[in-house]
Amino acid sequence: MRVVFKTSYDSDIDLHEHGADRLRTALLLGLMAILPFLVGDYYLAEATNTLIWALAGMGLMIAVGHTGQVSLGHAAFLAIGAYTDAALMNAGLPFYLALPAAGLAAGLFGALIAIPAVRMSGIYLAIATLAVFVIVEELVIMLEPITGGVGGIMAPSITLFGVSFDRYAALTNFYWLVLGIVALVTWGYANLMRSPTGRSFLAVRDSEVSARALGINVTRTRALAFGLSSGVTGLAGALMGHFIGFFNYELFSVIISINLLLVVTIGGLGSIQGAFLGAILITGMPQLIAILRDGVNANFGIDLGGIPGLDTMVFSMILIGFIIFEPAGLYGRWRKIRVWLETFPLARRDMFRRHKTYLKTERMK
Amino acid sequence: MSLLEVNDLAVHFGGVKAVDGVSFSVESGEVFAIIGPNGAGKSTIFNLISRIYEPTRGSIRFDGRDITGLKAHDIAKLGIARTFQNIELFDHSTVLDNLLMGRHTHRSTSFVEDILFLPKVRREERDHRRHVEEVIEFLELEAYRNKMIAGLPYGVRKVVEIGRALSIGPKLILLDEPASGLSVEETREVAFWIEDMRRDMGLTVLMVEHDMSLVNQVSDRVLAVANGRPLALGSPADVQAHPDVKAAYLGTEAA
Repeated sequence: MRVVFKTSYDSDIDLHEHGADRLRTALLLGLMAILPFLVGDYYLAEATNTLIWALAGMGLMIAVGHTGQVSLGHAAFLAIGAYTDAALMNAGLPFYLALPAAGLAAGLFGALIAIPAVRMSGIYLAIATLAVFVIVEELVIMLEPITGGVGGIMAPSITLFGVSFDRYAALTNFYWLVLGIVALVTWGYANLMRSPTGRSFLAVRDSEVSARALGINVTRTRALAFGLSSGVTGLAGALMGHFIGFFNYELFSVIISINLLLVVTIGGLGSIQGAFLGAILITGMPQLIAILRDGVNANFGIDLGGIPGLDTMVFSMILIGFIIFEPAGLYGRWRKIRVWLETFPLARRDMFRRHKTYLKTERMK
Repeated sequence: MSLLEVNDLAVHFGGVKAVDGVSFSVESGEVFAIIGPNGAGKSTIFNLISRIYEPTRGSIRFDGRDITGLKAHDIAKLGIARTFQNIELFDHSTVLDNLLMGRHTHRSTSFVEDILFLPKVRREERDHRRHVEEVIEFLELEAYRNKMIAGLPYGVRKVVEIGRALSIGPKLILLDEPASGLSVEETREVAFWIEDMRRDMGLTVLMVEHDMSLVNQVSDRVLAVANGRPLALGSPADVQAHPDVKAAYLGTEAA
């Protein structure tokens, strides 16, 4: 087990606790950067899709994982991001202006609806956000001149400084673009969580009454968290639009909202890493099931493809299994494995038993 | 002029008069205790001062300023810190982070600066940390610095909550039953800390407490309340000898 001797407060403030940690992040980023040379176009497109989902997952994680606000309407912010970006680019704006504008539009809209909505919590907030989603969906259909209505809209091809970042013509470039944006947002998110703003999010999540007693404006903090959350999701929506190419309102269904909620829950609530692990699982699982099914067909001659809904059922059962057996999510499981490895052979079964909460009161809330 | 002046304070929940016409003033540098039987309205008075409840009538003045119209989150900025009877810590954070959350009123960075983590943010973080380390040293919490609250024993959580209140850097600290659920040794430690807060930090302490040995040991003046109404105000010995106080705790003898 590594023991880190801290010699200054900076070692607690820095993003990485020690050099090996820093090296690990650098290696991971390096590996992600050279991925186009290692895998074919099919897997590169899958990786791009996973990164976009991780970005959307990070957006939702800010609200659900770090501020305790459950949202069932985040597909609405994906939609706002995608349509704003596409509409602005169709109007002639370059991508480097349209993308931030898409994030800003989604973020401002999120903060705006958050001001009345954040007074609610738990299931009531979830229902309110679901209602917002329905309104946005209807608006998308009604605003036909901008959004293309039911017919849909084309996300223009991205060209930056004469270089094409088109999703089909230059997939490698598009992948790097997405990777860069995701890395940047991850860095900002990690910064946020080590700063006073991030701590105020956690404070609001864990105890509203003492957050107030410490001088934290709970309503403003929640609105800020929800705004940031929908802004990041809006960025993901814009990229999703470019990835799909041509889309209409059906791309952003309520199923997408639920899948996003699964990303953060199965990934591990309250951790940035969880958003990535959850995204890998959610985007990778259907592919994995399809590969396994084809394998069974080829090797044993059993055609499982003929059974309707089998993929969805297996997928759902895996998700249910996760929620029952690993509520801390994939990242929580990974932390346990890491401690087990670090302390080998001294790990005990009950090292991770759930801690009791003492005398928790709901009285003053 | 007194640091805290409470004048004819009352709060009614429907027909229940939880607090009904309580007046007292706390002098700067004083340890002032509020005692009374269960349901007397002691914690309600605290919740009125920290603006969680809206008073039906009366006023609260702090440092010469009327705070009755302020919001709950404006109170800490004035220099009033508090603890809760049933520990309200941030369970899924470390002791260090809990204490750092107490520095919220001293932050000057915006969320955009935080996201970019500008050098200014780092400078402020170091500064917060220095203040928090002083509190950690004062309360001897070094061993728990990086421990999650959820895994800590009850006695330590009580101390962390006092620490979080001290991290605000307050003028007045409201302690809601600091000794409840603590062992005799732990209670004695709390008594020493309260004395140190007053002597070394120049703090004014207002506390609600049931443990009479603690009240006798540290407090200058005591206010006894029952059924939301004040019974007696004076030195600990005088208040305990007061016939109304005895009657409230033990009941009156049958005539």
